[in-house]
Amino acid sequence: MNEQPLHHLDTLRARQPRFRGLESGHRACQGCGEALAARLTTEAAGPDVIVANATGCLEVFTTPWPQSAWRLPWIHSVFGNVAAVAAGMEAALKQQGRATQVLAFAGDGGTFDIGFQALSGMMERGHDVLFVCFDNEAYMNTGVQRSGSTPHAAMTTTSPPGELRMGKRHMKKDILSIIAAHHIPYAATASVAYPSDLRKKVRRAMDTEGASFLQIHSPCPLGWGHDGAKTIEVARLAVQTGLFPIIEMERGELIGTLPIREPRPVSDYLKLQNRFRHLFASDYRARKELEHLQAIANRNIERFELRGVGPESYDTEGADTVHRGGDRWA
Amino acid sequence: MALALEGSQALARTVALCRPQVVAAYPITPQTHIVEGIAKLVADGKLACEMVSVESEHSAASVALGAAVAGSRAYTASASQGILLMAEVLYDIAGLRIPLVMTCANRALSGPLNIWNDQQDSMSMRDSGWIQLYCATNQEAVDTTVQAFRIAERCELPVMVCVDGFTLTHTLEPLELPTAEQVDGFLPTYSFRHGLDPSDPRSLGTLVGPEHFTEVRHAHHQALMQAQAEIEQADADWAAVVGRHCGGLLEVRGDPDARLGILTLGSVLGTLEDAMDADPELPRARFIKLRSYRPFPAEALRKACEGLDHLIVLERALSPGSGGIVGPEVLTALVEMAEPPRVHNYAAGLGGRDLALDLYAKLTQAVLGAERPREFAIIDADLEMLPESDR
Repeated sequence: MNEQPLHHLDTLRARQPRFRGLESGHRACQGCGEALAARLTTEAAGPDVIVANATGCLEVFTTPWPQSAWRLPWIHSVFGNVAAVAAGMEAALKQQGRATQVLAFAGDGGTFDIGFQALSGMMERGHDVLFVCFDNEAYMNTGVQRSGSTPHAAMTTTSPPGELRMGKRHMKKDILSIIAAHHIPYAATASVAYPSDLRKKVRRAMDTEGASFLQIHSPCPLGWGHDGAKTIEVARLAVQTGLFPIIEMERGELIGTLPIREPRPVSDYLKLQNRFRHLFASDYRARKELEHLQAIANRNIERFELRGVGPESYDTEGADTVHRGGDRWA
Repeated sequence: MALALEGSQALARTVALCRPQVVAAYPITPQTHIVEGIAKLVADGKLACEMVSVESEHSAASVALGAAVAGSRAYTASASQGILLMAEVLYDIAGLRIPLVMTCANRALSGPLNIWNDQQDSMSMRDSGWIQLYCATNQEAVDTTVQAFRIAERCELPVMVCVDGFTLTHTLEPLELPTAEQVDGFLPTYSFRHGLDPSDPRSLGTLVGPEHFTEVRHAHHQALMQAQAEIEQADADWAAVVGRHCGGLLEVRGDPDARLGILTLGSVLGTLEDAMDADPELPRARFIKLRSYRPFPAEALRKACEGLDHLIVLERALSPGSGGIVGPEVLTALVEMAEPPRVHNYAAGLGGRDLALDLYAKLTQAVLGAERPREFAIIDADLEMLPESDR
């Protein structure tokens, strides 16, 4: 075979996965974690799916009429009903005897907050739907307002730091524990920084009969205040610090984690982002909040036993070694 | 063969005859007997259908929406607070032009809590872009439900069949149920040309900016206006099958030569007709049964009002701070007439207050001889119950 250089267009095309559900040309910001997560998810899911999408950035930046970046059958209804729309599609396909699978896409608002009741109902009824939460930890589409997923002490436009406040007063909702309490067949977290792990989890969820749930940590350069070129680095640090544990659950029981080879201090993660800038002021309260966030990370590491026993191919340093055309991904 | 059936049971069996593949519902009085009936038919293997018992009306409408776009005939039913909770989804269903049928078992809205008949719930969805058909009897509810599926699927518009709570839903009446052959012959297999399918991926419910949104709304409005012909056609075609008609857009009954008209929506018509028939001393009236409230049949209404001196618009709902809801629309439609009748607008029977036979005399006496339209009033309000300041 005539070897062409890697950058040659035909070579790149040939090395593409066979199917792309979300095409380029959409209007996401540079470095958008959600766009990357949606592309990885739909690549792994393949073409025989129908997607229901909650209101949010993903819906807005992919479908400015008359354009659409989707190569999948796709519907957006309203903000809080994506799990129910997906449930209805699944019920219809089941009755028709069709094997097409149903995906529900939502941001953290559409998952943790306004869409939560419909999500809980869908899981309780056991619809064969994969619900994917693109978690960027605030209402980004409306201009960065705090959500139930916003981390403690983070600055958003509705949790601003000031004389009386150090950002968000409340904790990030532990959504996966709530999902686990539904005892659905499969639930997991993933991160755009670990794409092979993410893809594997999508495929596993698709192979699972019944409701499954995937929470993908997806940095938002605009809302988090970091360089768009550092999306992967920021996402990776969230995992390496223990602030965003990568775990898998079956029927609510923990079955796997991505071990942290060498935990990094949370400040390494926080200092890259403007939303935590106020925590680095010379202020007693700022120091206490930093300690608080470090304690949260430590607690996650302890709770899920995230500390690795030594270098492994599947840990926070090894798992990114995704071979794509022979080169390292990261 | 006539059967003595509770309205809800008749509706459950009629919906089943229409072969929905997905039914989604959340229980609310007085809709419950309908969905319980459907659930039992599914459980007994008499209806091949996914019965999705959801956790809210918001999800009931959403499940039906999802099922319809994924290629299945879908149905839901609700009432009152349930209609309000699903409101944003109802608007979305209509705006996306998704063919669905729902029954609204008309009930008052809170607060204060009231579970009885009142049409404020469906009236609150007047501007959602759904077709709304009001039923005067349980037989009409049965026949309208079958027609609704065909209207919805031909017009690509959702249809709300409005059935008075308790007065119809919980009342036994002798009625005829159609046969499966009759329904199958009338109602083709469900198809939705904007449905979602991986073999022809399309995006539905996209973000539409100012450069296109106006035209989307215009097209939706036109679709509703044009649905008038389909509503008439469906009624005529169904009448050819079963020998019963529901009146198309509206129906003129009573004394066609009367100079006094009374326009009603829903089941109150029977009471007024009985009252007039029972007492030959009472003034005669021409009854206008408004069946299609959306689309609003202005042309048919003008024709029905020709020769009238007075028209009473009687409503079972209220727009606080204005008065009637249907009345002002009727007035607007009749302005085009060369000699329009004087329009008198009343509400009555709110929150299930019993409408007895004496209502007819009360209404006719209030307006006959009037030189000007009477001021809007809730005609059966007992002001003695209220402090002076609230009268």
